[in-house]
Amino acid sequence: MKRIITATVQDRSGVLNRVTGLLQRRQFNISSISVGPTETEGVSKMTLVVEVEDDQRLEQVTKQLNKQIDVLKVSDITDKAIVARELALIKVASSSQLRSEINGIIDPFRALIIDVSKDSLAVQITGRPDKIDALIELLRPYGIKEIARTGLTALQRGHQPQVNELATYSLLK
Amino acid sequence: MDIYQFSNFIYTFLQYIYKSSKELRNSTYFILQNHSHTLSFSNIQISARRDYDVKVEAKKLEFQTSTEPKTGADLLIDLLKQEGVDTLFGYPGGAVLPIYDAIYRAKGTINHILFRHEQGMIHAAEGYARITGRPGVVIATSGPGATNLVTGITDAMMDSLPLVVFTGQVARSVIGTDAFQEADVMAITTPITKHNYQVQSIADLPRIVKEAFHIASTGRPGPVLVDIPKDISAGVLTEEPKEASIHLPGYQPTTKPNPLQIKKLADSISKAKKPVVLAGAGVLHGKASAELTAFAEKYDLPVVTTLLGLGAFPADSPLSLGMGGMHGTYAANMALHDCDLLINFGARFDDRLTGNLKHFAPHAKVAHIDIDPAEIGKNIPTQIPIVSDTREALMELAHHEVEQPEHQSWLATLQQYKQEYPLWYKHDTNGMCPQWVIEAVHKVTNGNAIVATDVGQHQMWAAQYYTFKQPHRWITSGGLGTMGFGFPAAIGAQIASPESTVVAIVGDGGFQMTLQELSVIYERNLPVKIIIVNNGALGMVRQWQELLHGNRISESILHTQPDFVKLAESYSIRGVKVNTQEELITVLPEVFAHSGPVLVDCRVLQQEKVFPMIAPGKGIHEMIGVKP
Repeated sequence: MKRIITATVQDRSGVLNRVTGLLQRRQFNISSISVGPTETEGVSKMTLVVEVEDDQRLEQVTKQLNKQIDVLKVSDITDKAIVARELALIKVASSSQLRSEINGIIDPFRALIIDVSKDSLAVQITGRPDKIDALIELLRPYGIKEIARTGLTALQRGHQPQVNELATYSLLK
Repeated sequence: MDIYQFSNFIYTFLQYIYKSSKELRNSTYFILQNHSHTLSFSNIQISARRDYDVKVEAKKLEFQTSTEPKTGADLLIDLLKQEGVDTLFGYPGGAVLPIYDAIYRAKGTINHILFRHEQGMIHAAEGYARITGRPGVVIATSGPGATNLVTGITDAMMDSLPLVVFTGQVARSVIGTDAFQEADVMAITTPITKHNYQVQSIADLPRIVKEAFHIASTGRPGPVLVDIPKDISAGVLTEEPKEASIHLPGYQPTTKPNPLQIKKLADSISKAKKPVVLAGAGVLHGKASAELTAFAEKYDLPVVTTLLGLGAFPADSPLSLGMGGMHGTYAANMALHDCDLLINFGARFDDRLTGNLKHFAPHAKVAHIDIDPAEIGKNIPTQIPIVSDTREALMELAHHEVEQPEHQSWLATLQQYKQEYPLWYKHDTNGMCPQWVIEAVHKVTNGNAIVATDVGQHQMWAAQYYTFKQPHRWITSGGLGTMGFGFPAAIGAQIASPESTVVAIVGDGGFQMTLQELSVIYERNLPVKIIIVNNGALGMVRQWQELLHGNRISESILHTQPDFVKLAESYSIRGVKVNTQEELITVLPEVFAHSGPVLVDCRVLQQEKVFPMIAPGKGIHEMIGVKP
């Protein structure tokens, strides 16, 4: 199962190596990883998407990450209310005749054309990875020349629904 | 008088001192503050301040104590002294020359022991740490010096031993250019240390040293490495650094147990019909042997110890079942298999203990007390997880009024196992049994010696037959299984505890990996007694080949060996070769009465095997060789 794990870390040299090295050593597969500074100076946030077999392995990965001295906090936010986004840049082969046709495809995805050349154009899309996958599939017939994806980054929503609140959403009541 | 005239005056004055008498030379010491002008004369360096305010003081100090400006290395030595370090395990080299210069200047105030190989010294530091509970401090140079430490660092990591390792590094300006003796020590040691640092500025040094000692010795102990570029150690201190404080927001080990979990454990004890306690090295690290003994005796709980937990519970107690695991006793392993409540204090359920996980304590409720939360639930599903120092947990447990469990029939069964299936070996008229050698050593040392072992058959026999009544007497490489560990570890133990009898029980294979340290025990007159259990083979490998690989004895016989007695003598150490029991009986008392080191080459039967044994992949109850 794929899990989204965030780790706030001390922004020190080698910290990325510590985290990825640890996951490799303990045989966890990283699907994507994105790192950037946070609101606090000297603290960075990593968003990892990892492939784990079961809950026991998941518990191990969070515990092992927590053991790292430079890691401040680890959370598995997969089951929380979150906003998760990824950005992708897709270079598609396109002559001038096809441009408006492609525009029509990307429009519902709220994607943008950010570069145009004689025989290609570059599309920028943000969203959940499955949305990006969908657009890539639609663009594939035109000939994709290059893809660059940032990997997922995520944030917990300001309001987390309480478990007992869920009942109010029931249609039966 | 301008500064140059003044210099000339001092120069003449010094020349006079130098020529006059050795005594005066040795008792003269100059302190000159704020070095803006430096004049060198022989071994004396003299500096004067621009405003000509020159102080000349005479003190009873060594002549060599120079007034060179204080460097990063001097600061390092000061910081080590502040941490209470009394012994350095080291080996010099290019990138640590400034540190060795500082050690030279600090002579007499800090004890440096020169080993003959970096692996030897780090194992010695491990032995020192195991006995004192304080971090062993290691200094090695960059590149090969640092990479030679890798085995020892990994060993310390696996067995949770506190070490603070200082490695030299090439100057910051050439890091990353494949400079002479450069190695990426940070990347190499990241997975094998609890934490590591590379010092980027002298100003960081006080904080890093403080944090390194803190991290190494608190929580679950482990090795911490500090990589010091040469320009940092050689760099001149421009101002006295401020008192450093520890800043580790990501490191706050839990040491006190959750009272609710302790209550749950107490309730489980009163309901248990077949309880058993497993005592690991966490009991020793937590200095909780007395508390554990009191706890087990209060509720009549049988105790199994792990290999590294030997001594955590007195082996001569009627409640002791001995060691569990691959070569554990029948009673210990059956208790681990049949129990309905398993209380694990500070053991990490290593595969050499559990055997096949499917068959490990299949009917038991498992309580696991460990200071490292990542160990709980790692291998064995745990119903009562308690993240805590073992001593704190036992003290909290002592506050609970627990009903006595009704488990008399369980105790009776285990007693019967103990009587029916004791450890066994058969005497042979063809030669000496290795097990008997261990028993003989046990007898002559009254079971009170500090015993360090290598890895292999002799290690298992030592664990089985040298019954430990006291804690902190047993030093062995458990997790990593490092051959060559035992002898240098014994040296470290002797340094840590000069009054104790220290025995290195080693195999003929492992001893040859680190025997160069014989120089050290002669040089320092450390009365380590070396018992070589010499079967002319890599015994454990040979045993597995015989039992599990169709008796195809592949490359595990040592056909050529040095004459160990002559070898010892070449290092000016007494050596004795022993072939028979009678010889050993006469020799051993003399060996242990001797005030210096002695090497005893005990020729034992090659065919002897370690039993009982759980073959790899088998369950803990599927032992072979439980009876003759």
